[in-house]
Amino acid sequence: MGLEYTAVVFTIVFTIATSALLGRYMAEVFTGKRTLIDPIFVPIERLVLRGTGVDPNQEQDWKQYSKSLLFSNVVMWLATFAIVTLQKWLPLNPDAISNMEPTLAFNTISSFTTNTNLQHYSGETGLSYLSQMFTITFLQFVTAATGVAAAVATIRGLGGNRLKNIGNFYVDLTRATVRLFLPLALVLSVFLMWQGTPMTFEGAAKATTLEGAEQPIARGVIAGVVSIKQLGTNGGGYFGPNSAHPYENPTPLSNFVETWSITIIPMAMVVMLGYMVGRRRLALVVFATMLAVYLPMVAFGVAQEAGGNPKIAAMGADQSTGSMEGKEVRFGAGLSALWGVTTTVTSNGSVNSMHDSWTPLGGLMPLIGMWLNNIFGGVGVGFINMLIFVIVAVFVAGMMIGRTPEFLGKKVEAKEMKLASLALLWHPLSILVGTAIACYVWATTADPGTALAWLKNPGPHGFSEMLYEWSSATANNGSGFEGLGDNTPFWNIGTGLAMLLGRYIPIIAPLALAGMLGIKPAAPETSGSLHADSATFGFTLWAVILILGLLMFMPVAVLGPIAEHLAL
Amino acid sequence: MLIELRRGLRFTLTTMILLGGVYHAFLWGIGRVLFASQAEGSLIRGADGTIVGSRLIAQKFTKPEYFQPRPSAVDYNAASTGGSNYGPTNPDHLKAVGERLDAITQLEKVAPRDVPSEMVTTSGAGLDPHIPPAAAELQAARVAAARGVPLERVRELVRAHTEPPTFGFLGRARVNVLELNLELDASIARTAAVGR
Repeated sequence: MGLEYTAVVFTIVFTIATSALLGRYMAEVFTGKRTLIDPIFVPIERLVLRGTGVDPNQEQDWKQYSKSLLFSNVVMWLATFAIVTLQKWLPLNPDAISNMEPTLAFNTISSFTTNTNLQHYSGETGLSYLSQMFTITFLQFVTAATGVAAAVATIRGLGGNRLKNIGNFYVDLTRATVRLFLPLALVLSVFLMWQGTPMTFEGAAKATTLEGAEQPIARGVIAGVVSIKQLGTNGGGYFGPNSAHPYENPTPLSNFVETWSITIIPMAMVVMLGYMVGRRRLALVVFATMLAVYLPMVAFGVAQEAGGNPKIAAMGADQSTGSMEGKEVRFGAGLSALWGVTTTVTSNGSVNSMHDSWTPLGGLMPLIGMWLNNIFGGVGVGFINMLIFVIVAVFVAGMMIGRTPEFLGKKVEAKEMKLASLALLWHPLSILVGTAIACYVWATTADPGTALAWLKNPGPHGFSEMLYEWSSATANNGSGFEGLGDNTPFWNIGTGLAMLLGRYIPIIAPLALAGMLGIKPAAPETSGSLHADSATFGFTLWAVILILGLLMFMPVAVLGPIAEHLAL
Repeated sequence: MLIELRRGLRFTLTTMILLGGVYHAFLWGIGRVLFASQAEGSLIRGADGTIVGSRLIAQKFTKPEYFQPRPSAVDYNAASTGGSNYGPTNPDHLKAVGERLDAITQLEKVAPRDVPSEMVTTSGAGLDPHIPPAAAELQAARVAAARGVPLERVRELVRAHTEPPTFGFLGRARVNVLELNLELDASIARTAAVGR
């Protein structure tokens, strides 16, 4: 067990260290400074901007910026919806995959357009190679870049002084795509191929096993998908079991770099904030606050999964290597738990073990990660969620010391607080009301086990499956308690809407907020100002996150995972 | 509005070609040149060129002269993969675990506490190519008996096929079942009794 803790600690420390470097690079890219790899990627950036027909010097205010963001996403949605619903007749379909059913396609395309990557289909049977390339990979790049663009614009607004324009959406989008995600994805894909991830246009391999049975082995353009799925906090796997599949994640070393690539950009976003607004200490406080939530969750999750399943131990089988249902030998319980916590705090949603089979309290960690949704968070958006909590913490702290709340020298007034509250409250509203509706439908259907056939597991765990699905959709996470039979119109349409609203409300509201704050003049800080870059503020922020972010979910946590734990 | 739609469309088309097409084609080319075997799926071919499997994908073994992989929730179907998704307290799950435990203790003639957790649980994708060294040790006596070779000979092969954690601390020590079985076939002549 000791080795596993070493591996967990090493992975986290390595990621933190490298995020400092990447954060600096990102700040250089988004403030228009020159970087080392410009000679290769700047020409591609120019090509894309020319192809789009955008004048890179044309600045936008927050309304124009949001409008460009929304319209680009609408077009992407329509184009990719067309591809998956027509894939049967399109090329690059060696395994003869049929067209996607409309409600499933609505769910899938909404899922990938919102950077959620909730999957009600299984890649090996549901998508052609063309769809994997021109729908999945394409959206995994550009939606991650959309999140980064929104975050960059928000930061500009917050750091601005009488600033009307917050940048050009297409310039930010293109830069994030071409100069951040593309280089990293290329390097990571090559690394994964070296480790054993396939990259082929040929159809399933037809193997005849040593005992003479036929075993078709699905494969495809896997390396190209896995890298960007990890880097862009997308999480949508090539195969149903995601990075638990040996082709997506063949070795402990591939697992290490894939775990790294989940958090590297979300962590670097915080570092970037420090450089962009010229306040490194503020970035340090935010980073430390996030770690103060993340690390205890990892430690607790690893301990739970490494502890094994007492029900199986009671039968006499050895549980010294932990709870191994749904987990892979090459990773073990410890690195599976690290991944599970990391992928849910960051809204990535890829998995290297089946969360549905985790121990009850271990499985509570991914839920908490999605309920908070801001501990590093999704690329861009998680960081924006954190900024909302920062604004609220500033407001609370201001109330406590009896002064007008200020952040970075800007007065935070009623209008901004309303926007922050909207972004903050939509999240629990969608999760709790969605789960309540699902429970109501289940409870009022005669013989739901046969009529609906949603739940794989009885009792509190069945409730957790429904709760997890709404949490995952709303948080734009995409992982699942996959025992849920979720490819039905109810779940396809319901969670499809939850994903769309759970994406665009928390993007547009903060953009508006940043736009409003950006126009305000920045007052010089005095001894009476609230210092957001102090340890005291960090602690306040931490408390606000836990109290506001988690308390509302206490009742459902008790009904699901905690009730199940008590039954162990 | 029209101008926004047109921009969105042009951006979508441009980046779709770049990221959906050029990106994948470029990587495919690199795979062909640098990692030809991995890129096609780490397939293992027999002497006559037929594919016997992939070193990364578990296949089903039931005969006594072969080591067995972990149980699979999808019966080792590598074209439709998945885990059981059973919760830890699900009675169906616990029943399945109990049945596997009984089957193994009978087949290998060992006590339940000698059976590693991995051998009574299904993996995430149902295709886990590895078993822990303890699970190979557990099966060695049965395999040796079925093949009519000394136990130490089989143990030697298991040891030779045990991969330690990467760099000594990343991941778990493990044995690749298909590779071990191929090696068994290649290096140990099968006795007439087994051939039946």
